[in-house]
Amino acid sequence: MGGGTNSYSEIENTEVILLWGSNARETHPIFFHHLLKGVHNGAKLYTIDPRRTSSARWADSWLGLDIGSDIALANAVGREIIAAGLHHQEFIEHATTGFEEYARVVESYTLEYAERETGVPANVIREMAYTYATAKTGMICWTLGITEHHNAVDNVLSLINLALLTGKVGRYACGLNPLRGQNNVQGGGDMGALPDRLPGFQHVEVDEYRHKFEAKWGATIPPKRGKNLTQMFEAMATKELRALYVIGENPLQSEADQNHARHLLEDLDFMIVQDIFLTRTAELAHVVLPAAAAWCESEGTVTNSERRVQRVRKAMEPPKGARDDISILFELAKRMGRDWGTPNSEAIWDELRALSPVHAGMSYARLEAAKGLQWPCYDETHPGELFLHSRLWEQPLTGPRVAFNPVEHDPPVERLTPEYPFRLTTGRRLSEYNTGVQTAGYDSPLRRPETLDLAPEDAERLGVREGELVRVSSRRGTVDVAVRVDDCLRPGMTFMTLHFQDDVATNVLTIDATDPKSGTAEFKAAAVRVERL
Amino acid sequence: MNDESYWFRPPPRSRELPMAPVRDEPPPVEITIDGRALHASPNATILEVCRRIGIDTPTLCYLENLTPVNVCRVCVVEVVGSRTLVPACSRRVEGGMVILTDSPRVRLSRKMVLEFLGSSVDLSTAPQARGYLARYEASPTRYGSPAPPASANERDQREPGHHRAPSGETSETVAQPTKVDNDLYIRDYSKCILCYKCVEACGTDAQNTFAIAVAGRGFDARISTELNVPLPDSACVYCGNCIGVCPTGALMFKSEHDMRKAGTWNEPAQTQTDTICSYCGVGCTLTLHVQDNTIVKVTSPMDVSVTHGHLCIKGRFGFEHVQNRQDEPK
Repeated sequence: MGGGTNSYSEIENTEVILLWGSNARETHPIFFHHLLKGVHNGAKLYTIDPRRTSSARWADSWLGLDIGSDIALANAVGREIIAAGLHHQEFIEHATTGFEEYARVVESYTLEYAERETGVPANVIREMAYTYATAKTGMICWTLGITEHHNAVDNVLSLINLALLTGKVGRYACGLNPLRGQNNVQGGGDMGALPDRLPGFQHVEVDEYRHKFEAKWGATIPPKRGKNLTQMFEAMATKELRALYVIGENPLQSEADQNHARHLLEDLDFMIVQDIFLTRTAELAHVVLPAAAAWCESEGTVTNSERRVQRVRKAMEPPKGARDDISILFELAKRMGRDWGTPNSEAIWDELRALSPVHAGMSYARLEAAKGLQWPCYDETHPGELFLHSRLWEQPLTGPRVAFNPVEHDPPVERLTPEYPFRLTTGRRLSEYNTGVQTAGYDSPLRRPETLDLAPEDAERLGVREGELVRVSSRRGTVDVAVRVDDCLRPGMTFMTLHFQDDVATNVLTIDATDPKSGTAEFKAAAVRVERL
Repeated sequence: MNDESYWFRPPPRSRELPMAPVRDEPPPVEITIDGRALHASPNATILEVCRRIGIDTPTLCYLENLTPVNVCRVCVVEVVGSRTLVPACSRRVEGGMVILTDSPRVRLSRKMVLEFLGSSVDLSTAPQARGYLARYEASPTRYGSPAPPASANERDQREPGHHRAPSGETSETVAQPTKVDNDLYIRDYSKCILCYKCVEACGTDAQNTFAIAVAGRGFDARISTELNVPLPDSACVYCGNCIGVCPTGALMFKSEHDMRKAGTWNEPAQTQTDTICSYCGVGCTLTLHVQDNTIVKVTSPMDVSVTHGHLCIKGRFGFEHVQNRQDEPK
């Protein structure tokens, strides 16, 4: 089951926090409130981030690693913990497999090697390793700094290995937490909006699960996993995929290597876009279905980063002609010859509860009364689980052991060369959101136009000043953008957001090298050149 | 395929329910409130016990999601044997305490505090405070008619120790023009009772931004940004958590301020609906205040474990996009 293992309240009471590849202060501000309570309660905070972000300003220690060297760092931490004998032998023997192989793989990740690969001083790596290993409790939280890489899954595994090594999972205030970027990233996966899962993390290739859903739905489900987003774009390139139904996404602007994405989308035989706006993607569509805003014009549920299922409710009427997503899908089904009856979010939820054991206990009435419940919630008397994987500490062990998955450091696909000497990384700002489709609607006093953020040393070397327009080029495209000198960046690194794609199409520059396991593109690491105009 | 690994099948349910460690609770102590003997945890405040047994204690500077600062003094109660009245919001109960919540001394003190507030501050958008004034028969007008308001920024220039004694013919006030320096929220310090809630919410109790603090001394004390710069030049990040905790409407959505000015603010016609913010995966509850199918204000409930009533700029102000859309052309 994939989800943040802890509840937000636990970070208020943990001893050590590793905030890895996350600027939660700006991207998850209310989670950061909980984190700061932890800091005020005495937790030691390490931020592991190439940029000295506003989150890093709260840290006891900032590990400013080179972009894409996370595994080198994590493995060095693992090696140091083992070398010092601080690994949790009892937990490893009781609940895990593959420790010997892990120890063998990390053996070559010496502090000297890690310092060279990551740029983080060896003594700082050692100090973090000792602190994390010796604390009674500790939590690791991460965001897209870990996952927007060509080896996203390996990055995550390298962090999971640290938690297994030190027994910091399955106990109160110990765990692993991906902070989700959108209000229903977690819920979408939970509901089976993944190419290989049915709702409730039941794998589509397991006959028993598939048959259960087939019986309920009176339909046959393909017995093989489908394509993830990246594979879909690849299938568009080979003309295997000819029609696309896009719901609430703006891939034309959110995909890496935008010129390439545009070409593929324009080349489709048929594209439907269902959205609350006529996005740039919708402008390319053959059919546009105007939708109601899911969060305030329709009924349903979303699931957050602590696995809490919460109700969204209709607070207002959508514009005339727009319908909520459920109504649109029901109508489509009807036109295709299947009458699903009257669209009703609670009835759909109850069907889900009958099919997904981890959601079975969450009736609308209970969600209402408890102001949300956390999965797994097996029956109507179950309160939902505060943290996951407590089974790993039960004597005897409940269920299967969990495996160490040793992974090797693999730097970003696009190497820096004399022609493209700067590393470009991308991210968000506090008052903006993704491609700006929603946030452009309000007047934020914090808003400033897109910039290329440069380290002061690089600005001086290039002879450019704050506000000066420069040309930024990658192997895929070119944009002109104003310079902002940012002393939170180390030399060689540059930063842009993805918020103002209509003005500065950052994703023209980014690389679509993707992780074969998750389909995530390496938005965090392109190679660029910066020239004066 | 029938692979048994946890990659294909959700792992089995744990035998025991995962729980937070249980903290040792000290044994309850015996206290007396208004002649009623009862037991309470020594971790509880007098206010919490009063509320539990249905005694309605007025509060202005207290809020469940903030650390008590004991400044408004309307919650004071009498503890027998104590020389001074004690603030119920922060004083914890002790064994043998005899508490009087409605004695003549308590009533007089509350009345006096409310009269001073009512005579110096515009309470027109503070229905709760006005209710307290009525309950304690406070008569702020007996201090005379209000002195003319200060000009813009005049109060902000006053130095500690430079306050001139008033003539006594009019009542001193904090009246001054409203500060409108951004599109999201306004600051009308004519309505400020200096309860410190905004400072607390901006500080360690929630946002940890520390954009505002109390400047000046005595009657000239006021809430100020650093060096009294306008909000866009300050450290403010527009989370609006100060608005969320303000008990008098001194801090207000600009949308509400403008509608009130235009006479279109119609609270009885508004609906309040709880939903979840769409801007990240934290899952903050938004209470949407809707009038005429338009969101006019956003708050968050204090009793939700995710937010404790606090939001960020996107959750509180980033709703405009849904109402910028047009109906389908006919």
